[in-house]
Amino acid sequence: MPSLKDVQNKIASVKKTKQITKAMNMVASAKLRKAQMKIERFRPYAEKYYELMGDMAAGVETGAHPLLAKRESIRNIGIMLITSDRGLCGAFNTNLINKAMHLAAAKKALGQKVVFYAVGKKAVNAARKSPYELVKSYRDCMDGFDFSLAGELGNEVIRAYLEEEVDEVHLVFGRFINVGKQEPEDLKMLPVSPDETEAPAEGGSAQYMYEPSVDGILSELLPRFIKVQIYRGLLETSASEHAARMSAMDNASNNCDEMITNLTLAYNKARQAAITAELLDIVGGAEALKG
Amino acid sequence: MADTIKFEVVTPDQLILSEDVDYVGVPGIQGQFGVLSNHIPFLSALAVGSLYYRKDGQVKYLFVSGGFAEVSPDSLTILAESAEKAEDIDLTRAQKAKERAEERVQREKDRIEFAQAQVALRRAIERINLKEKAG
Repeated sequence: MPSLKDVQNKIASVKKTKQITKAMNMVASAKLRKAQMKIERFRPYAEKYYELMGDMAAGVETGAHPLLAKRESIRNIGIMLITSDRGLCGAFNTNLINKAMHLAAAKKALGQKVVFYAVGKKAVNAARKSPYELVKSYRDCMDGFDFSLAGELGNEVIRAYLEEEVDEVHLVFGRFINVGKQEPEDLKMLPVSPDETEAPAEGGSAQYMYEPSVDGILSELLPRFIKVQIYRGLLETSASEHAARMSAMDNASNNCDEMITNLTLAYNKARQAAITAELLDIVGGAEALKG
Repeated sequence: MADTIKFEVVTPDQLILSEDVDYVGVPGIQGQFGVLSNHIPFLSALAVGSLYYRKDGQVKYLFVSGGFAEVSPDSLTILAESAEKAEDIDLTRAQKAKERAEERVQREKDRIEFAQAQVALRRAIERINLKEKAG
């Protein structure tokens, strides 16, 4: 039987933990709102972009640009893994990392070499521990990034792809479905396959005049398309992270409540037992005096 | 068909502008071009520079850098990496950026860095010019 004091201390400590988890929950929900707003503001651009890609893809052959061309022998795979910088968000990062590692293992089984581009501290740590080579790591960048980060990442993979360091690039990120649901997703970024883009296939898309030329436009459009995809991945991962942390912290707060209830019960029992014992002493003493 | 066009400017961070306008002058990569309604479907890459549009007899300016213009008979969409209305340009910031870029152009010997610095300088200069013209 723990002493009264012990139980009291335990209750105080659980209460403090609950305060922390509650605060973290509120911070995460505020950040989630911000991240969602960012996604909302990005959406018109992304939608226009997909539309444009869809229109272009209708009239372009795959040989028209190196970023479109499928390589015949695929030997090196690049995986860009985006996770959060911080933990305490449930299984979110673990799920992402597992997804990436499964993908890497599957590619390795085919005899292909896998290299990692890790974004976010958790991804960097995981890739470092893995048997695969970590080419580039970006840490502490998931708080307040903007499009220039996507640009930097995009330039890096495009350069690696064009110089044939990698023959295929995958993006693994946390798709934000809703506040209660986030899923790790694997998206093949390079080579670009326009028919897999989510553009609504409108019949009879207008025949455009191009300036400077189809090739010229493509060489502007495609690299930026990669960056748009990466930016979307970053935004969604960031929103998912905050949503995951919110529910993790909500669970933690609920667990704290449960613990406090149980501990309070134990405390009351111990107190009652102590009182009963004292009473017994007194009554026993009085009986003995009556003799 | 109405003789105005639906003019939209979007960047990754936000929708900058969405209005019905009479005329837009766009800095295409091969030179300035004008867009009125009933323009032929047209897709052009953009240069770094200033864009202006006319609405109800008033002319307004925007700074754009990098991206595309998609023209259809009744609309014009600018997909830019960054864009700012003339009144939103921060002149002191642009001037600082210009000084920084100039310094980098002087210093960088590395080719890629040099090109980047030059682009940054162009952006800063265009912003300043536009601000002085319209702001």
